[in-house]
Formats: sequence, structure tokens, C-alpha cells
Amino acid sequence: MAGIPHDHYEPKTGGQLWLHKRLPIVGLLYDTLMLPTPKNLNWMWIWGIVLTFCLALQIITGIVLVMHYTPHVDYAFASIEHIMRNVNGGYMIRYLHMNGASLFFFAVYLHIFRGLYYGSYKAPREVTWIIGMIIYLLMMATAFMGYVLPWGQMSFWGATVITGLFGAIPGIGEPIQTWLLGGPAVDNATLNRFFSLHYLLPFVIAALVAVHIWAFHTTGNNNPTGVEVRRGSKEEAARDTVPFWPYFVIKDLFALAVILAVFFAIVGFMPNYLGHPDNYIEANPLSTPAHIVPEWYFLPFYAILRAFTGDVWIVIAVEWLSFGIIDAKFFGVLAMFGAIAVMALVPWLDTSSVRSGRYRPMFKWWFALLVIDFIVLMWAGAMPAEEPYATISLIASAYWFAYFLVILPLLGVIEKPLPQPATIEEDFNAHYAHYAPTTGGTKTVAAE
Amino acid sequence: MFKRIALTAVSALVLSASGAFAAGKELHIPDVAFAHEGPFGKFDQMQLQRGLQVYTEVCAACHGLKYVPIRTLSDEGGPAMPVDQIREYAKQWTITDADTGEDREGVPTDHFPHSAMETAPDLSTMAKARAGFSGPYGSGMNQLFKGMGGPEYMHAILVGYEDPPECAADFESDGYYNRYFIKGAVPDTCKNEEGLPMIEGSWIAMPPPMSDDQVTYADGTAATVDQMSMDVSSFLMWAAEPKLMARREAGFVSVIFLVILSTLLYLTNKRIWAGVKGRKTA
Repeated sequence: MAGIPHDHYEPKTGGQLWLHKRLPIVGLLYDTLMLPTPKNLNWMWIWGIVLTFCLALQIITGIVLVMHYTPHVDYAFASIEHIMRNVNGGYMIRYLHMNGASLFFFAVYLHIFRGLYYGSYKAPREVTWIIGMIIYLLMMATAFMGYVLPWGQMSFWGATVITGLFGAIPGIGEPIQTWLLGGPAVDNATLNRFFSLHYLLPFVIAALVAVHIWAFHTTGNNNPTGVEVRRGSKEEAARDTVPFWPYFVIKDLFALAVILAVFFAIVGFMPNYLGHPDNYIEANPLSTPAHIVPEWYFLPFYAILRAFTGDVWIVIAVEWLSFGIIDAKFFGVLAMFGAIAVMALVPWLDTSSVRSGRYRPMFKWWFALLVIDFIVLMWAGAMPAEEPYATISLIASAYWFAYFLVILPLLGVIEKPLPQPATIEEDFNAHYAHYAPTTGGTKTVAAE
Repeated sequence: MFKRIALTAVSALVLSASGAFAAGKELHIPDVAFAHEGPFGKFDQMQLQRGLQVYTEVCAACHGLKYVPIRTLSDEGGPAMPVDQIREYAKQWTITDADTGEDREGVPTDHFPHSAMETAPDLSTMAKARAGFSGPYGSGMNQLFKGMGGPEYMHAILVGYEDPPECAADFESDGYYNRYFIKGAVPDTCKNEEGLPMIEGSWIAMPPPMSDDQVTYADGTAATVDQMSMDVSSFLMWAAEPKLMARREAGFVSVIFLVILSTLLYLTNKRIWAGVKGRKTA
């Protein structure tokens, strides 16, 4: 494996050697934990641990919830109330699972935007990025289906609206929608298959997370400078890195504990803050809520979905050019999935030779605008479909596509990057008066 | 740079999340200082018992409470009634036995009955199913202290019956004008040119359910409509979230534990990195 050169596991006793020859599992764990990690990683590199924790939390709380949940339209809502009232600690398990989804998405968005700023998607880490995007898509599918399970009003109507998107596909849309729902409308068949998939997909995510980690352990972590770890020799690599254990394990655990303190405060004191009150009303196919609003983490893409209405010139143009096959509804669906697709393709859309945004003076501003754009979209997605929100959504959606399809390709050509440090060690030492390695760590060396 | 962007993003996120509920018509529900509000608020046991009395003698004629087991009336953190009293209380409900299909007297392990009237919504989760606050009370951190306004919403509806406004003098309806109910019908004569209502409130199907002194409280509290409304709203908050106090306690203990753990990990982290980092210079 062409990784960063470092010490490998050496079995010492007879027993260790015996096991190692048959199953080198200790060696695998050793290499994983002792991975040389760039020593200049900042606090934006902690979200991976938070995400791993979230996945574990969701799987564990989810397994317990399933023990008490009944996937049937007549009993689902009642079984949730049973969990909240009668199951020992059930109220806590359920609120942890419910808010755990929000923490999961909060962390994944910061993780993704970290990658977008520091160019973590660039060669040779494209595969890590693509797998990450697939994980993100699966997370969205899992969260969406999970939200249907309590069988409240928003569960039912959210499912109706979102599966209706597939109905927008020309020609084959309606058969696909019927196939997805297991009938002409959201009903017991839908609830059962969503339950089945909601249980399955997290394990697919877990497997992909392992591949995601494997991929970046092969290429090595990116870091805030975007400069690669020197790989000429073990000694050279050791000057740029520290082993993952204990340095980053403890750092990440500290960050996780701080984040969990906030998380538990929300679960304990305002667990329904991010939820919608209508979901405490049992699903009723005969009564449509006044506003069908998805969970907060879907709002940016929901805004993009709704932005392209029939009176926008590009929608009219596309409809005319496609002889009416791509109408406004289908255009919106394509735009929503397209918004994620362009993000997934960013390794090939960004033409800059410089990896980290830190050394890209023009990129910084466009990126800051993208972050604001994402928040504006999230806000607009929660607003009713009327003016001025429709125009704001349209402008914000247009910027999202412009950033990936126009600005990033052009910036690589017109931008003059700032000088980058030659090595990670140089960047690190610029911040700290580090100890001289020759004195056994007793004498500090002044910063250059 | 990234730190600044991240901070801006996080604060904007928090602000925009609270905006999610602001969609639609603004509704100004008066705040009520319930005892259970605030991070360390506790249900007022006497108020819950009074609220139970109002529910039993007034609301239960139409509205059910089907998810609430009667036995939970004895739970700590709730009305905390003695078991004997609950056994006695349960007898007044007629329950259709699930096994025999025959009607019998209720026992504490039964749930409260379903709604007696099909159009009357069940009240078990209503306190969580209504966000009374969408204005300044319901945004951001204020929710921590005032809640989402579910009980306030119910209180407002119960005291919000008034004579209809003048513009509706000729309006014939099966409903009743309520100034805090916005989901009902509004006559065209009360709408402006854009079709938006010019009055607060609308017409609700539920007749005014209470009048002063409709119940007689054992503890001598004066049974005004306002008092009964507050009591029953508080009781319904408990019915919707019976583990409220236990949950806050669990949350509080978890936060304390995590703060201590963070401190220890912070010190450990500093110690571990000291050899690599040395003094910070920039």
C-alpha cells in the first residue's frame, strides 16, 4: 500500500506471531490507529469523529426503538407514544434518535464545506470525495424514510410530496411512483418498505464509511495548507506528521465531548425545537397541513426544487426545446438532484492547481458567498412559495450552480495564488515555538 | 478565514432554523407563566390535579385522551395522586374490554377513552402539536424559557371567545368567533381587497366550553374561565409530555458529566500536544 512511510506492527511474543500469521487483525488495527496524520490539522478536522459517533448513536438507539415500534398505519403513531410513555427511558432514546439526525446533518454539512474550502476533493482524493457524496445521499434517503415512521401529519404529507417528485419524470414517472409506494398513495405498504429500508441503509452507510476511511488512509489526510506530507523517508514523513493515536484521538474526543454537551442540552431541554408540531398529530390523508415543510437539513435543496417555476425563462426555454418533455415540475426535480451532482463532480470542475483555499485570494470570497448562499437557501426553503421568497430562491439557486459550473472552472485560470509553505512542518513551526527534537523536548526552538 | 465563515454560518443557521416556524399568518398568543416552564421548571402538582378535574368534568364530554394510561396519574413528576384515589377515579370511565368486547368499569391500567365526538380531536399530544408562539417568544433560545407555546395556545383558545366583529354582522355560521383561532372560516365581508382577513381570529366549530364556576375546586381556588383554562392547559402539557421533568434531569446530569469530561480531555489534550507544539507564537 503506497501510504505515508511509518512503522508497522511487529508481533513480539509467540502468541502474537501465531495469530498474526493466521489473521493480521492486530496489525490492521495498529496501522489504522497509528496512521501518520498531518500535525497542522485544525478544528475543522474533527467532524469525522462526530459523524462516526452519530452513525453509531443512530444505529444503537434505532435498534432499541425497533424493539418497541410497530410498522403499521394503525399502530405506528400509538407505538411511538408507547415508547415515550411506557418504555423505560424511551423518551430519552427517542429524542436522542430524533435529534441525532440533526446533529448528523449539522456535522456532515460542516464536514463537506471543510472539504470544499481546503480542496480535500482534489487529486488524489477524488474517490474519497465521491464515496462521501454517496454516503450523504444515503443519509438523506435514510433520514427521509425515518421521518415517515412516526406516522404524523408531516411524515405522511412529506412522503406524499417527495415521492410525488418521481411522478414528475416524463412517461415512466407514475409507474415508478406507484412502485416506490407499493400502491397508488402513501399507505401501509409504503410505511413497511420505508421501515425496512430505514433499517437497512445505515449498515450500507457503515460499510461505505469503512471504504471512505480506507480511501483517505491510502492517500493520507488533506490538511489546512493542502501541501502533501513528504514521503521520501520515514524520518521526513515524521517531521510533517504525528500518529493518530494519541494526538488526534484525544483532540477529537475533546471536541466530541464539547459538541455532545450542547447536544444533550438540546435533547434534555428543547428536544422538539427542530421538529414540526404537526408531526404530533396522527397522519390523516383527508386533511392537508397548511404548510408542508421538510426537516431543516433538506431545506436548501427543497428551495432549489421550488425555485424553478413555470415562469422562469430558462424553464420556458428548456420546455420549448425539449418539446414539452421537461416541464417545470420535472425541471425542478432535475435541478434538485443536479445541485448535488455538481457538488459531487467538483474534483473535475475545480481547475486550480492550488489545493487549499487559504492560498487562493479570489476563491475565498466566492466560497464565503457559497456558504451564505447555502444558508439563504435553507431559510428560503422554510418560507411559503410566494414573493419575495421565490425570487430569492431563484437567485440563490442560480449562484449554487454558477459556483460549481462557472466560477470554479474560471478561477483556476484567472486567479494568481499566494505562495504556499514548502512543507507542513514549516507551516506548523510558523505557529509554535516548538521543542528541539535533539534535546529530547526540553529546549524550545524559536519560530523562524 | 474559515473560522469566521464557520461561526457566521452556525449563527445564521440557528437564526434561520427558528424562522422555519414563522411561515404563515402571524399569531400573537399571550404568554402564560406556567410553573413547568424554564430549564428547571416543575409541574405544579395541585394545578395538574385541578386540570384533571376540568378535563374530566368538561372536556371529556367530547375529547378523548387515548394515549394516556390512567395509572400514570400516580407517577412522580405528574399529578402524583395516591393509587387508591386513582383506582376510585378510574371507575367512572366505561371501557370496552379488548378481550371480551363488553363494557365494564375502568381500572388504572386502562387508557383514558377515545373522543366521544368524532370531530373532536384527541388531546393526548395536543400541547406538542400546536406551536402557539411564532413571534418573539418562539424564536431561538427564548423557547428554552417559554416553550413552544402549546399550552398557551390552548389557554388562548379557551378564553378567546368574543362577540363577532361588526363586519360579520350578517355572517351565518355553525361556528363561534374566537380571536385566537386562525384556521377557521372568515366571512368575505371581513376580508380586504386582496382576500386577506382584516380581523384577528376566525370561526371555530367548538362551542365555548366553559363558564365561570363550572367546576368546584376542592382546594378552594376560584374557578374562573381563565383559571380553569390555565389548569387544564397545564394538565394537557403533562399529558403530552409526562416525562418532562425526568428528561430535563437526565439532560442536566448529562451536560454536567460532559462538561467535566470535556475539561479533563482538554487538559489531557494540552499535555499530550505540549511536547510537539511548545509555546504558541501566532
